[in-house]
Amino acid sequence: MGFKLSNIEFNDIIKELSKNHKVYAPKRVESRGRFSDTDLILYKEIEAVEEIVYDKKSTYSPKEIITPITQTMFYFNEDGYKEANIDDKKIVIFIRPCDINALRRLDTIFLKNGDTEDYYYKRLREKVTIIMIECKESFENCFCVSMKSNKTEKYDLAVRISDEGVLCTSNTKEFTELLSKYKEVDFKPKFVKKNINVVNVPNITDINKEIFNHEMWDEFNARCIACGRCTTTCSTCTCFNTTDLHYDDNPNSGERRRTWASCHIDGFTTMAGGHNFRKDNASRMRFKAMHKIYDYQKRFGENMCVGCSRCDDICPQYIKFSSTINKISNVLKEGGKDGK
Amino acid sequence: MSLDINTKKLTKNAYRVTKNRNYTALRVRVPGGAINAEMLSIVSEIAEKFGDGSVHITTRQGFQINMIPLDKVDEVNKYAKKLIIGLEINAVHPENGYPAAGTRNVSGCVGNRECPIAQFNTTDVVKRIEKIIFPNDFHFKIAVTGCPNDCIKAHSQDFGIIGQADVEYEYSRCIGCNACSKRCKKVSTEALTPKNGKIIRDSRRCIGCGECVLACPTSAWTRNPNKKYKLVIMGRTGKINPRVAMPFIEWTTEKIITKIILKTYEFVDKYIDRTLPKEHIGYIVDRVGFKEFKNFILEGIEMNDGAKISESINFGGYFNDKDRIFKTY
Ligand code: SF4
Ligand code: SF4
Ligand code: SF4
Ligand code: SF4
Ligand code: SF4
Repeated sequence: MGFKLSNIEFNDIIKELSKNHKVYAPKRVESRGRFSDTDLILYKEIEAVEEIVYDKKSTYSPKEIITPITQTMFYFNEDGYKEANIDDKKIVIFIRPCDINALRRLDTIFLKNGDTEDYYYKRLREKVTIIMIECKESFENCFCVSMKSNKTEKYDLAVRISDEGVLCTSNTKEFTELLSKYKEVDFKPKFVKKNINVVNVPNITDINKEIFNHEMWDEFNARCIACGRCTTTCSTCTCFNTTDLHYDDNPNSGERRRTWASCHIDGFTTMAGGHNFRKDNASRMRFKAMHKIYDYQKRFGENMCVGCSRCDDICPQYIKFSSTINKISNVLKEGGKDGK
Repeated sequence: MSLDINTKKLTKNAYRVTKNRNYTALRVRVPGGAINAEMLSIVSEIAEKFGDGSVHITTRQGFQINMIPLDKVDEVNKYAKKLIIGLEINAVHPENGYPAAGTRNVSGCVGNRECPIAQFNTTDVVKRIEKIIFPNDFHFKIAVTGCPNDCIKAHSQDFGIIGQADVEYEYSRCIGCNACSKRCKKVSTEALTPKNGKIIRDSRRCIGCGECVLACPTSAWTRNPNKKYKLVIMGRTGKINPRVAMPFIEWTTEKIITKIILKTYEFVDKYIDRTLPKEHIGYIVDRVGFKEFKNFILEGIEMNDGAKISESINFGGYFNDKDRIFKTY
């Protein structure tokens, strides 16, 4: 069962939600793209469905809503500390299937990784209501099907947005009630069944030591410029640095904050979690790739990478992460030995 | 049989008096160097039909079609009409060919049609300026370049228009990776300094090259969509005093620059030495003085907020004729 709403009607829903939610969606910010006169598409608060960019992938993932790029944890002075407030409002996110699946990875890392849950993550995460944006067709480069993250049932509401209005179906009582006065129709969201970009993900039991030392990584020393774009746009990269900022005029007071970090950028050689990197870009690439498709799976039973392909979309050096995965698979097929 | 030609009219019609007696060369203006295959084929057709098949690509991004017999000029103009219309050149009677040659083709780097570094669409700006100033007999050289790299060599023009990125910083998006500050130091002016995991920008040093925007992995740096330009003036080559153009205004708008250029035509009209066969704008400014020039052209123009104007300019360059500097007593 589903509902059909005109944009005007759906905007009433957004308005209703906005009373006690911040409503986020992929939004176009004109002329703020990397190159002049190009637009930036990223997650921002919206007021109307027309603002949602549904026919293009956002450059940055929605992770920045619940793991803010800069997050003040608490303020301190001689006498003690005070936790930083967060907005009272809850959070609604319009989000695609792969990114919903990425959210589960974030949950795992921040809530199920070790003995304690990450408090600062949890207090934002608990606020989140998920509105799934249907992906009818795969975008260029997407390989969600290969990563098994093209589908999900983990949404409160699913929407198909078009110029003619919004089709939606709800998984929760709240949304069903909110929608009950609108026109009922048959609607079930479709999921992408096939991507043009097909990736052979290696079976983790096939991974051997040789692959870590294989010469296939060497080329990245010359190719990767360690610009960090692939990790900042990635929906599942979660590394951050924690630092204390002491205020200039009173060094005894200040704040503790955390800020995104990236294994691909100079200066971030020690990541949260204590991974240490050698400085060369090949090692960084190897670390990232093996983390995304091996280490994480070994620990948590699914791959970290969801195949959103934002890394492939943005790399200025045309390094295609998905072909790197394929290369790993090919090398393993050949027995993992150096092709020398 | 010897020809009877009014060479003044000929040159105004964008033909050159060449060293080859009875032969001329047509100068085709291509604003911003932006030309399509169809127009190119007309250039080649004229060269084949009337010339010796050779074309010279000029430094101003035009074509000089060589070895056209002087008695074919009228016929060639019929073909030139297609170029004039196709390349959107102002002309009262396109069938008579180019209406003037004094104000040169406005040149431009490729700009953000292709170049990742460019701050704007140079071709569009070139075309707008060309539309406003041409035809005119006064000798003006104008070039438009997408960024301070100045690939079009705007610094050797009477007016060089250089795109400036009015960069803006979103504190909370910055991850303190220092990619921007390292890049600015390496390729630009070291306007950025890391502090406490964030970045401080010295606006007096920033030249708006936009490299920080290109380098930033989180889009903490973006460009303000309101375009800004730097205007450098009175650069030149030539026999007397070659010199690079000097900064006159920074962080201003296309509209204001256009007004300034138009005002300069009035300035030239008032001050040009008509006893000379021609006098270039730079030499007129030298003769009249920068102060008078500045007062004249800025009169009645309301500057945008944030624009910075030079108090004085030391043009420098060098003089080939030492007697202009060292006088014997
Ligand atoms: S590694 Fe690339 S494809 Fe995988 S989740 Fe990150 S950005 Fe998406
Ligand atoms: S985006 Fe490309 S060049 Fe930049 S760090 Fe990632 S792989 Fe390297
Ligand atoms: S001047 Fe700048 S914008 Fe123009 S082509 Fe050169 S680098 Fe690109
Ligand atoms: S625009 Fe250029 S000069 Fe200005 S801060 Fe950025 S990199 Fe430095
Ligand atoms: S490049 Fe961007 S993220 Fe890195 S320090 Fe500069 S502003 Fe911050």
